[in-house]
Amino acid sequence: MARILVLFAHPAFEKSRVHKEMVKYASHIEGVTFHDLYETYPDYDIDRAREQYLLLQHDIIVMQHPFYWYSCPAILKEWQDLVLEHGWAYGRGGTHLAGKFLFNAITAGGREDVYQETGYNRFTIKQLLAPFDQTSYLCKMTYLPPFVVHDTHRMNHATIEFHAKQYQQLLIGLKEDRISLSEPEKIKYMNDLVPATKALKL
Amino acid sequence: MVYLAAAVAMVPVAKKLGLGSVLGYLLAGVVIGPALLGFIGSEGQDLMHFAEFGVVMMLFIIGLELEPELLWKLRKPIIGLGGMQVALTTGVAALIAVAFGFDWKPALALGMIVSLSSTAIVLQTLNEKGLMKASAGQSSFSVLLFQDIAVIPMLALFPLLATYEVPVDSEATIHAKTLVDGLPGWGRTLVVFGSVGSIILAGRFLIKPLFRIVARTRLRELFTASALLLIVGTAVLMTQVGLSPALGTFLAGVVLANSEYKHELESDIDPFKGLLLGLFFIAVGASIDFALIMKQPLTILALVALLIVVKGFVLYVLGKIFKMGTDQNLIFSFALSQVGEFAFVLFSFSLSQGILPKPTIDIMVAVVAISMGLTPLLMLLNEKIIQPRLGSCSELPIDKLPDTIDEKNPVIIAGFGNFGSTVGRFLRAHNVGTTILDIDSDRVDLLRKMGFKVYYGDASRYDLLKSAGADTARLIIITLEPPDKRLEMIETIKKHFPNLRMLVRAENRFDAYDLMNAGMLHVYRETIDTSLRMGVDVMKLLGYRSYTAQRAARTFLKVDEKNLKKLSAIRDQNQYILAAKENIEELEQIIKTERGDIKLQEDGAWDEESLIAEEQDSGVPMLSNTPGS
Repeated sequence: MARILVLFAHPAFEKSRVHKEMVKYASHIEGVTFHDLYETYPDYDIDRAREQYLLLQHDIIVMQHPFYWYSCPAILKEWQDLVLEHGWAYGRGGTHLAGKFLFNAITAGGREDVYQETGYNRFTIKQLLAPFDQTSYLCKMTYLPPFVVHDTHRMNHATIEFHAKQYQQLLIGLKEDRISLSEPEKIKYMNDLVPATKALKL
Repeated sequence: MVYLAAAVAMVPVAKKLGLGSVLGYLLAGVVIGPALLGFIGSEGQDLMHFAEFGVVMMLFIIGLELEPELLWKLRKPIIGLGGMQVALTTGVAALIAVAFGFDWKPALALGMIVSLSSTAIVLQTLNEKGLMKASAGQSSFSVLLFQDIAVIPMLALFPLLATYEVPVDSEATIHAKTLVDGLPGWGRTLVVFGSVGSIILAGRFLIKPLFRIVARTRLRELFTASALLLIVGTAVLMTQVGLSPALGTFLAGVVLANSEYKHELESDIDPFKGLLLGLFFIAVGASIDFALIMKQPLTILALVALLIVVKGFVLYVLGKIFKMGTDQNLIFSFALSQVGEFAFVLFSFSLSQGILPKPTIDIMVAVVAISMGLTPLLMLLNEKIIQPRLGSCSELPIDKLPDTIDEKNPVIIAGFGNFGSTVGRFLRAHNVGTTILDIDSDRVDLLRKMGFKVYYGDASRYDLLKSAGADTARLIIITLEPPDKRLEMIETIKKHFPNLRMLVRAENRFDAYDLMNAGMLHVYRETIDTSLRMGVDVMKLLGYRSYTAQRAARTFLKVDEKNLKKLSAIRDQNQYILAAKENIEELEQIIKTERGDIKLQEDGAWDEESLIAEEQDSGVPMLSNTPGS
């Protein structure tokens, strides 16, 4: 059984459509800790000790957020700056995160085809997530492919629900060690790893 | 007309000299009375009765402002300190009177009269000096409260002390026919308690419903008329029973103190009271028999001295028993050492009831007036001469002497109460060098023991500021009370220390307006941040997102600050009579200004509507250099 920590960051959750659904399906899974950053730290006063303790308690860290400007909302950046301390997360003596896994679960307005080197956005999602990749690397964590929901602006409710359920199944699958994480470089998105169960029938 | 002219002339002068308006009126009376200008004289008695109504109204308002819960909370100091003060002073004074040859009854009356102090003068003086929160202020307040209450039994007991012939030419003889004429002494006292009881009952079951009906008509004049009717009615009833009308109205005030009409009543009666009280004191001043006084100036002065010494001594001893620090005790004793304006009321009562002989009353009126006038001087004496010798004034922290003299702290905090101390603690936690100025000697002692650099005294004074390093400091934090003192201090600093930047505490918007008008850039209203913090928690508890609620509060604060500046510019320059009215009308203004402010309602951040609309309009898959959902 893997212990999963979801770091959720959305500054305007009331206006959200896709994350709202994802949160509905993901926040009450037993064995998955759902941590709402903007709700816990409206003043950005991240409690470093507490966050580090949380990290120690879990094996897979999921950063769930909208892909604002090809990155995460500000509080997640603040979180990285403050929590991933030298001597604790990386560098000399910084081995506390070694062996853990990290991936981003994001929503993006653009479709998959624009996130190509030949596409309008000129970079793939994987390329744009390089900072997170490198951060994980430095902290001796394995960086996994992202879970991505593309084309959110015109998505209808049924599709949103589908993706939310897919997300949920991913988390449950990871928790129960049913998903193989041995060759992450071969996979584009974590979505592909989710077993197609009846629950996901559109 | 003469009376009014005299008042207008003398009161501002008296206030300027720091003597208070009561003395101003007295002086006015003296000036226009038989002694000096002789504008008035024989009709003095008529006017006296008319003006006594001012006293009656004053008692009504005192009763109205009495807060039973506050009284209960402070019952120990009130009954303990206050009770003992009245009792002891009465006793000692009575004994002295007996030694002077008086019979025990008038001696007792004199004792009681003399034990009272002047609420107006004491509270005003202490408030101006910012001492109300210190133990001197609190103790004085308790004693004065007890004296207010003690007035009732005094008024009730006075008729029993009648020994002299009621003066034949006094108007009082016309009132001689009352309902209780035939009754013996104890019968009268019984009637007193009976009337008291009926006032209380009437107040609760008759008057409140009556006012409710009147209030519903929404006619202000009708309400004022009813209030006056209540007072006059009570007064008449009391006179019929042979009692002081003031007692009756005091009780009526107490009964109505908790009603919802309290503020209305206060504001309606206030103008009448002010005017009539003024007339009363003028009449008193006019009735001082200067011929008598001129014959015995030394006697008068000796009596004044005796009075002040005796009262002061009793107060000091009591202060020690109740464990007051020496500095505070000195302030307390000097502040209360005079005899209050209520004595005039009791003297005139004594005259008409034959409790004291006229020559005595004449002398004592002068003595009392002089004692009142001396209070400000005595306080000054205490501050300048006595306290520096005995008090904690000039000592620097003992264990830090030589090196700290050269140390120039960048920050001065003037006033280390709740507000100042929080800032001070915060700065100290970060080792920011601060010098503290405070007027509460007990607090100064404590702070010195804890190793703070503290100067004792009135921070608004130039000499103290200078010795505290105001010419080299960079910032000064002004948290003194009352607001007037802060404004005073600002002017001093502007004049003598122009490079010293000021950060000032403001009690409320009006205070803030005054400070902004004085050119202050750093004005801090006491409650705005805390109440908004509460507002955020309310929203969170109702289920709003924390971050959203926080942003909303910050927006609100910014809008409020902006509106504060705007409203301060267009604020009505009219003087309001009472703060209550001013507050309500200001609130109306604020809400009107806020209503149109769109920023307060909608947080437009992270909004995708326009983005989605563009996509839908163009029919083309979205260009994704934009936030996701």
